[in-house]
Amino acid sequence: MPDVDPRIEGLRTEALAALASASDEAGLEQWRITFFGRQDGRVSALLRSIRDVPADQRAAFGAAANAVKAELEGALEARQEGHKSAALKTLTTEAALDVTLPGRPQPLGRLHPVTQTMRDCLAAFKEMGFRVAEGPEVEWARYNFDAARIPEDHPARDMWDTIWVNTLIDGERNMLLRTHTTPNQVRVMERTPEPPVRVVVPGKCYRQEATDATHEWMLTQIEGLAVDEGVRMTDLKGVLYGWARKMFGADRKIIFHHSYFPFVEPGVEMAIDCFICRGNGSACHTCHGTGWIEILGAGMVHPEIIENAGYDSAKVTGFAFGLGVERVALLRWGIEDIRNFYANDLRFLSQF
Amino acid sequence: MKLSLNWLREFVDVDLPVPELARRLIDATAEVESWETIGANWEPDKIRVARVLSVEPHPNADRLRLVTVDAGSGTQQVVCGAPNVAPGQKVAFATEGARLRDGHTGESTVLKLRPIRGVESAGMVLSEKELGLSDEHEGILVLPDDAVVGRPLVEVLGDVVFDISTWANRADLLGVLGFGRETAALTRKVLREPDRTYTESGRNVAELVSVTIEAPDLCRRFTASVIEGVTIGPSPAWMQERLQKVGMRPINNVVDITNYVMLETGQPLHAFDYDLVRGKQIVARRAVPGEKLVTLDGIEREFDGEMLLISDGGGPVGIAGIMGGGNSEVSESTKNVLLEVANFRAGSIRRTSTHLKLRTEASLRFEKGIGPEMAEYAQRRALHLFEQLTGGAVAKGLVDVYPGKQPRPAIIVEDERIARVLGIQVPVEDVRRILTDLGFVCHFVPPGRYSVQPPDWRPDVEIADDVIEDIGRIYGYDKLPATMLRGKLPEPEPTPLMDLRERARDLAVAAGFQEVITYTLTEMAKLERVVPPSDTVRMAPLAVVNPVASQHTYLRTSVRPSVLETFAANRRHAEAELRLFEIGVEYLPTEADLPHERPVLCAVLGGPRETRWGRPGSDRLDFFDAKGAVEAIFDHLGIRPTFAPRTEFGLLEGHTAEVRAGKEVLGIVGQVHPQTAAAFDIAEPVFLVELWLEDMVRHLPERPEYSAPSKFPEVRQDLALVLDGATPAGRVLEIVRSHRSSGVRIRADVFDEYRGPGVPEGKKSLALRLRFQAEDRTLTDNDVAKIQQGLVVRLGKEIGAVLRGG
Repeated sequence: MPDVDPRIEGLRTEALAALASASDEAGLEQWRITFFGRQDGRVSALLRSIRDVPADQRAAFGAAANAVKAELEGALEARQEGHKSAALKTLTTEAALDVTLPGRPQPLGRLHPVTQTMRDCLAAFKEMGFRVAEGPEVEWARYNFDAARIPEDHPARDMWDTIWVNTLIDGERNMLLRTHTTPNQVRVMERTPEPPVRVVVPGKCYRQEATDATHEWMLTQIEGLAVDEGVRMTDLKGVLYGWARKMFGADRKIIFHHSYFPFVEPGVEMAIDCFICRGNGSACHTCHGTGWIEILGAGMVHPEIIENAGYDSAKVTGFAFGLGVERVALLRWGIEDIRNFYANDLRFLSQF
Repeated sequence: MKLSLNWLREFVDVDLPVPELARRLIDATAEVESWETIGANWEPDKIRVARVLSVEPHPNADRLRLVTVDAGSGTQQVVCGAPNVAPGQKVAFATEGARLRDGHTGESTVLKLRPIRGVESAGMVLSEKELGLSDEHEGILVLPDDAVVGRPLVEVLGDVVFDISTWANRADLLGVLGFGRETAALTRKVLREPDRTYTESGRNVAELVSVTIEAPDLCRRFTASVIEGVTIGPSPAWMQERLQKVGMRPINNVVDITNYVMLETGQPLHAFDYDLVRGKQIVARRAVPGEKLVTLDGIEREFDGEMLLISDGGGPVGIAGIMGGGNSEVSESTKNVLLEVANFRAGSIRRTSTHLKLRTEASLRFEKGIGPEMAEYAQRRALHLFEQLTGGAVAKGLVDVYPGKQPRPAIIVEDERIARVLGIQVPVEDVRRILTDLGFVCHFVPPGRYSVQPPDWRPDVEIADDVIEDIGRIYGYDKLPATMLRGKLPEPEPTPLMDLRERARDLAVAAGFQEVITYTLTEMAKLERVVPPSDTVRMAPLAVVNPVASQHTYLRTSVRPSVLETFAANRRHAEAELRLFEIGVEYLPTEADLPHERPVLCAVLGGPRETRWGRPGSDRLDFFDAKGAVEAIFDHLGIRPTFAPRTEFGLLEGHTAEVRAGKEVLGIVGQVHPQTAAAFDIAEPVFLVELWLEDMVRHLPERPEYSAPSKFPEVRQDLALVLDGATPAGRVLEIVRSHRSSGVRIRADVFDEYRGPGVPEGKKSLALRLRFQAEDRTLTDNDVAKIQQGLVVRLGKEIGAVLRGG
């Protein structure tokens, strides 16, 4: 192109040389501003200078200038691409992370293991149509004992060592820390004029007893109660079976042993097959070689309690159970000592 | 209760292996806790029954004897040091290699024979201690006369002793016979009842003693008999052995018979020295309040007017059903015995023994409830043994005062009820067999009912469902399938407080707090650190009568102490920040009612913030971390809180705020006063949040206030204000956020507070980020400038703020 303005070729040569000598991102950026800056970039200035070119040469000038512009832009882009891929390469090589270094600590709390176990239990029962209710921890002896058919001069009271509240009302000491969640059977039925009742009642209970690896004086129970026409002991077995499988694994087996609680008839103790030794450990610490782990007490609600609720015990039957949440937590996690729960040592709590 | 397998076998054949028998009993009858095998180590060929033929002095030692025994394989001579060895005795004889216990240390050992003081010994005559039966090592064990010479000892004395917990309603299971009956029913064997026959060879009992019951409500039946001319002496070896195995000390034949029959039948008995019974009359009556008696254990006891005493013509001779008096005790010189077998009201025995703090084998049985017919059963069984073992003559007839005799109505059990309760059909033949084996009289009345008469020893069976339990447990609960509940679901009941509590728990965890659960009983000194003396409710916590420990005497009226204590305890193991929370209740006393159990969330935090490396850094958690947690929780719950300075006992003034929604206070957040912290052994700044869930629940929106994100861009502007140093930033935000101008919404956040050079003394500079947003248009720079101008004018007017550098 003999008639092309020599300025164009000069600029092209100069720019390409400058680009070649730009060694880093900053150099490239400086080059971009020098040649392509909006106001006084030299390529922009060149393009603007078309106004000074004689009209007959403008087309050729324009075409040549634009060609150079495109060439230079392309060259810049190529250089930038080169830099980017070099930088990426550096990131994956020299700048690669030691991924075994610790992550930045994120503050995340945890639920207490007893709360976790409680929620898992309640979730299992909720799935079976139980709703959740609560009742007071400080309770009348009437609800804790008498309404549960445990009269004052009955040896069954020995089953629950009671912490009594030091309050005299009408000259009588009748307030206590509930020894079990059982009073809520009566409380729930009292406020349910007609069956069905299908409820679980979680909460703290208290026993006047010395603590050791398996006993705490403050404990957490879940009371279960289902009352309606047609509620059978086989249903109790079904509900507890469903719960046990949720908590301890789908291959769990359960059995009922005869037991005695004044508020149920028949009364049973439920055991699950020992998932620690699978029935083969004569020295198993969990099941003591029996192959079965006693886990909760249950039974059919005594007809007298059904009657006292104002239901017709000839038609309406019910079942009840009471389970110790700490015991479930001990078993599911293989914890040896129940006292860990309320010692609240974070070295323990933070593992769950 | 301890149960000897040999004794059980007297009543029923047992061919099950021991673990299997235990399992059946656990499933259906009572809790077998463990069992001990007696003689597990006695090799049949090394420890045998021998007869002592002669006893000669040892030539070289005064205290040793040379004993010639016949162990079934010729005579052998052994050296023996026991003082009680005598010709004619049957003894346990061990030969070389027998596994024994050391007579002194009690440790396991193997018998090695060596000459003793120059005389060879062919074996060893054993003490109870050497056999591992007891700690008795004063003399050798003397076996029953009928023990066959040469027989392995394990066949004579070997036994299994179960340790069993029985239920509070089953006195019959505190007797071997009760387990015999259960075992018979469970294994389909025949029960053999104990011999109750005897000859009435003595005088007419009515001439010997009279019995009066003055308190028929407490004493339903009283039987008495007299045995004349007894010879007091040790009871036979077989009886002693059985008593010892189950943990009872043999005394003499008369006392042992009463204990033996009690252990057999579950019915307690009491023997008086007839000649010490004044006036030859017995009265069962309530005590005169303050009346006293020295009981058999030598302790003088005082009675109230509800306690039942057994008296003779001169005064009390026993506490009914609990313990006899020392004044009528059977002794070495007793010639004639008055035998009492009575029935007392269970609750009364329970009450008396509780009040006197006197639990005996008798009271433990009576308090569980015994059928009145059992008195006569045990009386006759005991008389059989008296005749056999004491040489006495049994008087003719029984004194039997029975004011509480009531026919027990038959119980009707509908077949339909069995299915309704258990959920399965039990075949008629099984129902009949089970009930008959357990001693019920059972008639099947077609088409579908049973008429059932419960046995005398089962007063616990009162209603049809009691009978159904007996059917179910013997039939086997393993036959019940697992079924699902049917029918209607109960009406749902809203539980807003419970729901809020669980959401708050999750939010606290999400905000980085570890949940703790602490004891709800505390001590006054700890409450006093956080509760102001003016708070008369919280300063009057409910106390318990019998705390497990003195630091757990009061029902807490504040959760703060235990969470602070937990913080301090964990600080010992942790260097970096700690964030703990508990959701618990305050037990607030109310007048003549149960306390108000008020749920609160109490959180405590403090410590150096963790660095990138998880190490404690130089920056510490502060008030604004605590406040940030509150804001995050409230934001999630959809409650818009405001904060205002607050004076709170135990917290540091000027560093404490109350959390409000509208006019209501929903909680507090602040720094624990350093003195209070120090009282809990916390030496660092620590911050406390307490949220009052019952108050919060009223402010929960039914659903989140939702608005769609605007389609129009928001305009951001930073604003630096100079204002009075005492004006709270919250006041500035309140004005800005409430500012409305032609439908434009302003959201505002503070992002800096500055005091110092460039800002006049007493003033501060606040930097705000404002975001302007219209719902219906894109705002122009001009719009924003106008609104901002109006806002600045308002800030100037209301709080004297000016633009910085403006």
